[in-house]
Order: sequence, then structure tokens, then C-alpha cells
Amino acid sequence: MPADLLEFEEPVGVLLKEIEALSMLPRTPERERSIETLRSRADEIRTEIFANLTAWQRVLVARHPNRPNTLDYVERLFTGWDELHGDRRFADDHAIVCGTAEYRGRPVAIVGHQKGRDTKQKIFRNFGYARPEGYRKALRVMQMAQKFGRPILVFIDTPAAYPGVESEERGVAEAIAFNLREMMMLEVPIIVTVCGEGGSGGALGIAIGDRVLMQEFSVYSVIPPEGCAAILWRDSNRKVEAAEALRITAPDLMALGLIDGIVPEPSGGAHNDYDTASALVDQAISASLDEVSALSVPERLDARYEKFRRMGEEGLGFMDLDKPEPPQAP
Amino acid sequence: MAWFKKVRKPIEPPPDKSRVPEGLWVKCPACGQAIYNKDLAASLNVCAKCGHHLRLSATERLRTLFDGEWVEHDSGLASTDPLQFTDTKPYRTRLDASIIATGLKDAVITATGRIGGVECAVAAMEYGFIGGSMGVVVGEKITRVIERAIAARIPVVIVSCSGGARMMEGTLSLMQMAKISAALARLDRARLPYISILTDPTTGGVTASFAMLGDVNIAEPRALIGFAGPRVIEQTIRQKLPEGFQRSEFLVEHGMLDLVVDRRELKDVLVRVLRFGGAGLAAPEPAPAVAEPQPPSEAPA
Ligand SMILES: [Zn+2]
Repeated sequence: MPADLLEFEEPVGVLLKEIEALSMLPRTPERERSIETLRSRADEIRTEIFANLTAWQRVLVARHPNRPNTLDYVERLFTGWDELHGDRRFADDHAIVCGTAEYRGRPVAIVGHQKGRDTKQKIFRNFGYARPEGYRKALRVMQMAQKFGRPILVFIDTPAAYPGVESEERGVAEAIAFNLREMMMLEVPIIVTVCGEGGSGGALGIAIGDRVLMQEFSVYSVIPPEGCAAILWRDSNRKVEAAEALRITAPDLMALGLIDGIVPEPSGGAHNDYDTASALVDQAISASLDEVSALSVPERLDARYEKFRRMGEEGLGFMDLDKPEPPQAP
Repeated sequence: MAWFKKVRKPIEPPPDKSRVPEGLWVKCPACGQAIYNKDLAASLNVCAKCGHHLRLSATERLRTLFDGEWVEHDSGLASTDPLQFTDTKPYRTRLDASIIATGLKDAVITATGRIGGVECAVAAMEYGFIGGSMGVVVGEKITRVIERAIAARIPVVIVSCSGGARMMEGTLSLMQMAKISAALARLDRARLPYISILTDPTTGGVTASFAMLGDVNIAEPRALIGFAGPRVIEQTIRQKLPEGFQRSEFLVEHGMLDLVVDRRELKDVLVRVLRFGGAGLAAPEPAPAVAEPQPPSEAPA
């Protein structure tokens, strides 16, 4: 099975192997036709598999080592990218990249997690686990965007904020908390796209926006399923059940009113076709940006407040029957 | 049909149960000293011998802070178990057990009352309710009390005691961090004081949202305060953490807290901080900055 196929894609892997074997043989029109048939069969099967992924399988897709990340989207959707480094306080965090670029002829600020693909890159990026200075750098750049009236586009893909000694020493909790508060008040449009793992506070720390979009196979969770399973089931192998119970998929979060839209992915997931994935992300961001840019600043800030204000409404009930019932969520 | 419309056995709140067992003597978990029950209550659950701070329930906490009576808000608000979550047992069962054990509907009490003569909005978290974890009810109650404070132009005091976001309400819990921080942003822009009091333990999503956002952050001595749990960090770095790591004194040294204050002096300090914040004076309306959103014209009930 090719290395970048996930376990549950085995039926596709079998066909791809057959195609590979046929491709080794001298070409004949007949073989070409067979290859073509096998290819379309593989596509069909893949589409079918991806239409019925379990929550845990989506986690695997979201964590796929080849999943396109912030810089892949930067490369495809923006021109004139300049990366801006450092929080001006301690260091430059490599797990969050920030910068300026043009998006459809308009200057924008970009902030996003970066996981790294090969071993060297992964270590350089700390596997996408940001430290406090990452969150502080992000806010610094976002505040500069606000100063110049430029929209902010955010890409989320992190397992979590870095759970290490230096993170605690330098106040990762404060860094995230401060971002939550201050991003609520940034006057410029903010469009957030969860494009891989939305890992708890590590994701949320840069994920306050007027629109929060999720790619079809991305996930967004309060805790990784393994961690949840280890605590509640006392067995991290129960991660499949935990993933299901936590309701972390894009359709789940859309139904819960926690995100504003789902961005479709190419067949087999974004990692199968960066260009198509990027084009789909482009469409979604561009439409969202137009919508929120049309609002006045007070309207936008009120709408942003109200959006987060309503989150969780459906989970509220009253136990005192003499008290009025809560307003029903739309 | 929403669950709260179903016929339920009414649950009588138990008489206020302090953390101190019923017996006459309590053994200090830190120094082993036997302490007479009434003495412990008189010293606000602080061991007179070694100064160890035993945990307070939310109700006891409010008693230590308010001058006298207080008005509780939204006490009937309860979780509907929005995800229908089940692990080794149903979340509904855990909720019901916590409701019976604490007499509360969820892990926070919100109230208004006077502190040093100053009308304040206060939230006190209840560790006895699923580890003080924050789900939609905690998020909503704290947000409402902040909005109430903005409308009434009074300060906010939040006493944290929590393991963080509540897993059994999934991403809904995570988003309460954003929701409360949004309300605190408005409180901040309205130039009203917010005092965060961090007690043992304050971790996870609570630390990474409202607990760290005080104009003044005050912790009780030796409280565990952090983002990641110590065990998670030990797994990451594959070594034991040094003694005192993530304790109040560690955080004050690293610049994350303003003060570490003994519980027996906490109220006096709080009153002084509130006075600095201008609370109780005729607080002037802040000049509205350009494009600053106004507080909602009516706070939700
Ligand atoms: Zn003692």
C-alpha cells in the first residue's frame, strides 16, 4: 500500500497497486484502457470511503503527514508574501507563521500554524505545537493589520499549544487568554479556516473571527481523542469511541452552531490535490471576506460578539420549573 | 422535547456541606496536625500550624468575600447534556450525582452583593462539581454576570477553582473560553475592574481564558495554576517536574500573577484593589472610542 494512504483506504491501495503493475508492462491500447478503468474505479471507491468516514478516520485525515498547511495555501492563494518574525519580547516561534501578502489584489495579514513535513521540518516547527511567543507574535501582527485596516486570514492546524516547561514559565495560558480577549475587539475582518487539527486552546488562541470555516475533513476538539480516552475511559485505545463522543467533525460542529461553514475538499482529502483544495478554500474565504467587509466596524464587532455569545445555548436548560425557559436557539 | 420538561424527581439541595468532614477534628493534609473543626472554619479552612489552604466550596467562598447577604443569579441554569455524551458511564449520571453532592446545578455560583461596601458581581467555581470543569452552564452564567456588571457598572470578581474545560460537552466547552473572554473584553473597554482570584487548582481552559485576564490576578498560596497538567508535561519532557513547578509562587516569579495572598488577608486586599479600580465611586462613563461597541441595551435575565 502506498505510504501516504491511510489504513481505511486499503481497497484503493489494492487498485493503485494493480495500476502500478500494469504501468510497468509495455503499453498497449488494451492496457491503457484497463488502467483507465482501474483509475476511475479507485476514484469511485475513494469517494465512497470518504463520504462515510468515522470521526476517528477524519482525525487521521486531518493529521495526514501530507495535509496542506498554511504555507501551502500562502503559495497558492497569495502574492507578495513576506513572513514577519518574532514577538518582540522573547523569540520567533516557528509553529505559527505570520506575514503580509496580497489576496485578490488586496493587502491582508496572514496567521497560521505550521507543522512541518519531513523530520527536520517537524522539529523546526515543533510539530505545530506553538509556544507563548507564537500567540504573542500572532497578536502583534494582527494588531498591525488593524492599524492599517487590513483583513486578517487565519489558518488553524495544531495538535495543541506546547505542553512544556518553558510554555508554562512564559505564560502560554496568559498568551492565549489575551488573544481571545483582544481578537474580539480587532476592528478589521477576520476569517478563520480550520484546515487540519483544531487542537483545543492551542487552536482557539488564534481562532476568533467573524467567520470560522472548517475544511470538510478537519477536526476541532477540546482535547485530543487519545487524551480524552485516557482520562475518561482510562484507556487511550478507546480513542475511536472518544472521537465519536466528542463530536469534533465539521458537520457535527456546524450542527452545534460553532462554525460558520464547511469548505469541501477534493476526493480523498486535501492532501490528494493541493491545487483543488486551495481553489475550494479560496472560494470560501473570498465569499466570507466579502460578506464581513460589507459591514461597518460596530456592526462587525457586534456580530462577532453575538456569534460567540450564542455558543452553547442549546445545552442550556432550567431545573427550576418556576423559572422561565431559555430562549430557544435558532 | 427538552429534557427539563420531563418529570424529574425534585432534588433537594443538601444543607450546606463544607469540605470539612462532620467529625470534631480534621487532620491537615499538609502537616498532619489535628485541627478542631470550629477553629478551621474560623480560619477560613487554613491550617493554623502550617498555613495550608484547604479547599473551600463555592458557597463558603462567597461567605468569605461578601459583607453579608448576596443575591444569587441564574441558579436554575443546568446542562441538557447537549452531546448525549457517554464514556464509561453516561454524563447525565455524572451530572445528577454532582447535583446531589453539591446542591448546585453546575460548577459555578454567580451572585451580586457588597464587598467592603462596594456592590460587585462575583462568580465562584465549585470544584466538587465534576472538578469545577467549564461547560456551557459555567460559560453562560459567568458571561451573564459579566454582562450584568457592565449594565450596572460594577466590578467583577471571579474565583477560579477548576480543572479546565469540560470534556463531556466537547467543543461547546472550548468555545466558552471565547464567550467569557468576549464579555471580559467589553468589561475592559467599559473601564470596569475585573479581579481574578486563582485557587487550587486552576488549569487548562480556565487559566487560558478568564483566570489570566484580571486587571489584577491574585492567587492563594501554593495553588496549582497552569495550562497543561503536570502529568502531560512530564510525558512531553520525559522527566519529573521540579518541586513547586506551576505553583502560585512559581507563577508570581515568572510574572503571571500580581499577588499571592493568604486567604485570611484576601478580602482586605480585594477591598483595596477594588478601591483603586474606582469601584463604589461614581464611576464616570468612559468616553466612547471610535467604533467601540456599546454594551447590550438589556442584559439577559
Ligand atoms: Zn497544616
